[in-house]
Amino acid sequence: MSGLTIFNAHPRLYWGQYGANPDYAWLRIGATRGGDGFLRIGSLTVETTGVLGVWEKDGRTSTRAFPHWMTLPSHYSLSEGRKYHFLGAWMLAIAGVLYLLWSLVNRHVCRDLVPRQTEITPGHLWQDIKNHARLRLPRGEAAARYNPLQKLAYLSVLFVILPVMVLTGLGMSPMMNSSWGWILDLFGGRQSARSVHFIAAFLLVAFIVVHLVMVVVAGPVNEIRSMITGRFRLPAEKGDAA
Amino acid sequence: MIIGRRKLIAGLGAGIALGGCQKILETEPADRLASSLDLFTRDAQRLVTGPDALAREYAPEDRSPDFRANGSRTVDTPEYRRHLANGFADWRLTVGGMVARPLSLSIADMQAMPTRTQITRHDCVEGWSAIGQWTGTRLSHLLTLARISEKARYVLFRCADSFGDTPYYESIDMIEAMHPQTIMAWRMNGQPLPERHGAPLRLRVERQLGYKHAKYVTGIEVIEDFRTIAGGKGGYWEDRAGYQWWAGI
Repeated sequence: MSGLTIFNAHPRLYWGQYGANPDYAWLRIGATRGGDGFLRIGSLTVETTGVLGVWEKDGRTSTRAFPHWMTLPSHYSLSEGRKYHFLGAWMLAIAGVLYLLWSLVNRHVCRDLVPRQTEITPGHLWQDIKNHARLRLPRGEAAARYNPLQKLAYLSVLFVILPVMVLTGLGMSPMMNSSWGWILDLFGGRQSARSVHFIAAFLLVAFIVVHLVMVVVAGPVNEIRSMITGRFRLPAEKGDAA
Repeated sequence: MIIGRRKLIAGLGAGIALGGCQKILETEPADRLASSLDLFTRDAQRLVTGPDALAREYAPEDRSPDFRANGSRTVDTPEYRRHLANGFADWRLTVGGMVARPLSLSIADMQAMPTRTQITRHDCVEGWSAIGQWTGTRLSHLLTLARISEKARYVLFRCADSFGDTPYYESIDMIEAMHPQTIMAWRMNGQPLPERHGAPLRLRVERQLGYKHAKYVTGIEVIEDFRTIAGGKGGYWEDRAGYQWWAGI
């Protein structure tokens, strides 16, 4: 993706207002003199030759951080990466704001997403975690509603991760820093905003992966049809004749 | 072996998906849309940012202990070496183009003018930042002194450094040029500007990314259009690597 292309231009993350090569980076992807790729987080170093730091494309070795099959464009071009990134950013911001407004107005958020008191008791949540871990999904009437973990996941993506992505993105803009300086204060500096932007991006990827797995587990045809048309066939209760 | 297979599957999946994205983005309409966003972003940022809104200024103790130097760190011409050896006593900054009164100034001339000292953050397009203190002459003062034409739209900076045979240059628009923190800096962290940071004179344009901050500046040209100059995109990196002309994000 385009963000990884941009990261490849400077594969280090810092906390605070400033951060560059002479300063301490809490995360770094690189290559040793011996030609091994590594990922270093704090004092932990993992050898990642072949995937991160050192990898091959068409028989040629590259020492960029993220490999060609993860980046957009697949060759290294900071300017193209940025061009695509801002195109994506504008689409996300415009679609996101419209979606949020519409979901609040039509009460989708209150009706379907905000969990009820009884759903977020520790016992109930623990049961839901166990059900998910065993891939035991609700059947019958219960399948028509979002379950508590699902609600919490959607709410945190909608109201925490996506807004944080947009804010930290704007917080890296020197122009926006002059008008919306509060973003710098909120995240503790431009380099902290950059780190949080990166972490939030990975949380988002994790959410998407889990989300896609759950769609497949729950029956992809029925689920995808319901997303588009709203028609959802309730899975039969256990013991019912199929 | 297991990792190899997983990697292969992930790689194939990601490759197909991203390859598809790339194919679409490389079509002409998509590319035109993405490229024109540059100025759309500028307009949107200007909508919420006043022309004189100041970049954040920091305390002396917030400065980077070691300020990374980037781009040209030296200028390898006999002429520049000679200037460096005699402390830039004969260095001239010319101000020309669409002005009623062209100027040719020494560093000493500029130091006698209204100056500004600011501790600001330098943000590279690559992602890193460094904080340092800069002292220099306000660009708005120079432009007013030279009496710029009302038709002027951009200010272009000519530099002594080159990449291969191509000299560095950059351009900014009048709003950024007249901004109170936009200065031609000749001091950094209380010392004369070091060679690796653009001695004797560099631009500080604090609401823009690092590649706009032209170093080793020899001339300022006030212009209406940059499309006929060099590669036509308004700056060295814009011409060479397609960097966005608007460097506010």
